[in-house]
Amino acid sequence: MAPDALAQVLRPLEKMFPAERFPQILVGLGTLSDDAAVYKITDELALIATLDFFTPVVDDPYQYGAIAATNALSDVYAMGGQVTLALNISCLSDCLPPEIISEILRGGGEKVAEAGGVIVGGHSVDDKEPKYGLVVLGFVHPDRVLTKAGAQPGDTLVLTKQLGVGIITTAFKADQTRPEHFDAAVESMLKLNRTAAELLQNRDTHACTDVTGFALLGHACEIAERSGVQLRIHADRIPFLPGARDYADMWLFPAGTGHNQTGYGKHVHFDSAVEEEVRQLLYTPETSGGLLAAVPADRLDDLRADFAKANEPLWVIGEVLDGTGIEVVP
Amino acid sequence: MAENVDARGLSCPQPVLMTRQALQQTGGDEVVVLVDTMTQVHNCTRIAEKLGWQANYQEKDDIYELTLRKI
Repeated sequence: MAPDALAQVLRPLEKMFPAERFPQILVGLGTLSDDAAVYKITDELALIATLDFFTPVVDDPYQYGAIAATNALSDVYAMGGQVTLALNISCLSDCLPPEIISEILRGGGEKVAEAGGVIVGGHSVDDKEPKYGLVVLGFVHPDRVLTKAGAQPGDTLVLTKQLGVGIITTAFKADQTRPEHFDAAVESMLKLNRTAAELLQNRDTHACTDVTGFALLGHACEIAERSGVQLRIHADRIPFLPGARDYADMWLFPAGTGHNQTGYGKHVHFDSAVEEEVRQLLYTPETSGGLLAAVPADRLDDLRADFAKANEPLWVIGEVLDGTGIEVVP
Repeated sequence: MAENVDARGLSCPQPVLMTRQALQQTGGDEVVVLVDTMTQVHNCTRIAEKLGWQANYQEKDDIYELTLRKI
């Protein structure tokens, strides 16, 4: 759903479950909302709960299952947690050959295993348009929860995956992609955010989220709003997957790009030198994207060394300032 | 006589691809594109402008008629 429409339909639920009545909920609906819900069990232990599923973004059933799982697992990592249990959600046609369904579930299962979790059940319904995903549960120390709310002026903004998955998968649906571009996008979607999240957490990261349907700018807006700060993003430092710029030049943006621009545009100011194609790419939804985090500037050198040692990519894309909204400069 | 592209009911990026194809293949200097969302209007306008055409649209009964003219 478009961001503003989603906020509107969720409002009655916020009234039904007012935050003051549920003090154990560290992260929930409304002003508390984040990548996943967090429920404090004891002073040392909090439960993370999240759910995510979507229609196929690739043709291969195994890859589809694995991407859907990587995307669902990411919300636990974005909150600073470790994955424990997962449940399958599948809306697949009874007419699909069982081998195809097995491959989707195998893809999801192998990613949960790679994450150190276990699949303990699930639910399936008959549906003509396939959908697959997971409920994921994890744990975190209540003092180590990573939310969107902690960014401070002076922090550095980092990103852990390239952008461009959304436009490449849209171009793929229209048979416009070169195979090597598509393969790189799939590889990116299949990469767990597990190691990146652990490394960020170990260097006192102030705020963190994963970049998915609301695009880099939408998720950046959420950090800015929740933290009460302004984020300045340097467009020239944003890493794009190979091919993303080509498909932007062909203007093969998904409908979600326009929805995000409508929903978040009023909070974003672009320097006039930032090209229109780049602006649109920054509004384009991602699937199973990387982590966007605000880290203390004095920990950046250590963080870079940690990421290099773990062979994990890290891009510095901007900084946190006093103010509101997002400023995009060349 | 203007060439027509009916992209109603199609999702991104099909209307953009159809518009681009029509502009590249037409021998004329006017193409009319029918779409049913403002997002498609923006996207088809943008690709037309990139190819050196100018765009105007009008809305009737939730259908957008985009008139593209060679500059």
